[in-house]
Amino acid sequence: MSGAGPAGEALFGLREMELNFGPQHPATHGVMRLKLKVDGERIVDCYPIIGYLHRGTEKLFELHPFFQNVPHTDRLDYVAAATNNLAYVGAVEKLVGLEVPPRARYIRVILAELQRISSHLVWLATHAIDIGAMTPFFYCFREREVILDLFEQYCGARLTLNCMRPGGQPYDLPQGWVDRCGEFVADFPAKVAEYEGLLTENRIWKRRTVGVGVLPPETAIAYGVTGPMLRGSGVAWDLRKAMPYEAYGEVEFDVPVYANGDTYDRYLVRMEEMRQSARIVRQCLERLPGGPIMAKRPRVLKAAAEAEVYHAVEGPKGELGFYIVGDGGPNPYRCHVRPTSFMNLQALPEMARGALISDLVALIGTVDIVLGEIDR
Amino acid sequence: MTGEPEVVTTTYERLYNWARRSSLWPMQFGLACCAIEMMAVLDPRHDMSRFGAEVFRSTPRQSDLMIVSGTVTEKMAPVIRRLWDQMPEPKWSIAMGACATCGGPYRTYAVTQGVDRVIPVDVYVPGCPPRPEALIWGLLHLQRKIDRTRLRPVSAAR
Repeated sequence: MSGAGPAGEALFGLREMELNFGPQHPATHGVMRLKLKVDGERIVDCYPIIGYLHRGTEKLFELHPFFQNVPHTDRLDYVAAATNNLAYVGAVEKLVGLEVPPRARYIRVILAELQRISSHLVWLATHAIDIGAMTPFFYCFREREVILDLFEQYCGARLTLNCMRPGGQPYDLPQGWVDRCGEFVADFPAKVAEYEGLLTENRIWKRRTVGVGVLPPETAIAYGVTGPMLRGSGVAWDLRKAMPYEAYGEVEFDVPVYANGDTYDRYLVRMEEMRQSARIVRQCLERLPGGPIMAKRPRVLKAAAEAEVYHAVEGPKGELGFYIVGDGGPNPYRCHVRPTSFMNLQALPEMARGALISDLVALIGTVDIVLGEIDR
Repeated sequence: MTGEPEVVTTTYERLYNWARRSSLWPMQFGLACCAIEMMAVLDPRHDMSRFGAEVFRSTPRQSDLMIVSGTVTEKMAPVIRRLWDQMPEPKWSIAMGACATCGGPYRTYAVTQGVDRVIPVDVYVPGCPPRPEALIWGLLHLQRKIDRTRLRPVSAAR
């Protein structure tokens, strides 16, 4: 199994080998490259090399007025566009000082939670394919298409939604949308049970995930890991509960926490999160208030000189934050993104050391990286 | 056989073109946002296997179609060129989305303004990202293009 055996040493005279992984590899979820030091099948060390999708987004933020930057946020974490929109417009609203009407806040929570479900579905589909299970892909994408249809009926786009504006929402919910969305979230827990039926007690799945990539809570905190990665390590930290934004203070939901910190527990956290998201959407649809969807705002938003603000939301992958500095003009002076996947990726070498090469694809899957967000 | 002719006459050209366009093997190669829509063409709703192009291969050595799905950066461009060179002939490519076509919204120092600066492109699919239906449209266009291929002896110069 391991090249550390006496036979391996005698034959080659060396124990460690460097192995390149990516940037074109089906399991890296995009264009990430890993330099591995391996000893036989064991990983001695692992260095992520990023930047293959660096598009200069943060620089582009400085070239456009505040409201024109929303489409750029779509393309950061492209499987969770609504969450990026939410974090960015939240930061701009804090910076400029806009009060969002209640109806818009509820619509935002609905969109963000649907987006969380859709993001987790992409994660589950790719994670399962990486480990060798093909069927969950078809199940997950079946439900994901229903969510994308709902998005499309709301804002016309499937993936890059551009569905929020500083100060409120661009459109009201179209006719019949509430009913269609209600139908979906009523059915959805049964679908999650279907996925769990395929995987949760599956012997192969458990052999590939239980005890793989254990991340102790103190290590996770030290690396700045957030989201399901952190909650799978037994730390109950969720920005929706810790510092409620939008309408999260007014809805009831549980934050799933599992203590072992391995790949299997992170899987369980995300499965339960999908159920909780459906629960949040159901409550929001029931209590959806009337009234305006856009605050009164000037045509051109201007921040005060040297105003700076940091606003973070709990995205599907963890804490997603925007740090914006204004200089009195209509454009941000500087806009920095705190990307979730970038922080979470830092824990990958920690988890990979000592693991088998074949476990590495499971570990990349469990971190749930999106390269658009890491490289920006 | 139930009354159907047992012999079909055709030309080598048509036979080759038919075989090539009906079993395109794309390379499993996701770059950015468009890759998510490229995954969506494989899902039960869109199902690209209806057009014979669902066998995504993880290695360029086994594939004959490169779908460039996403932003090509200056750092990634040499890698794409190398992968393209590793694919066996005959091979085709689709530039999926605005970024692969012309750089899209990213007119910055880091982004190659179109993948056609690195590799030859057969079909450009517009959209940001293109819908799965649009990618299927691109595939059908490519199939039509392959159907028009003329078989000629390979010249000594190549």
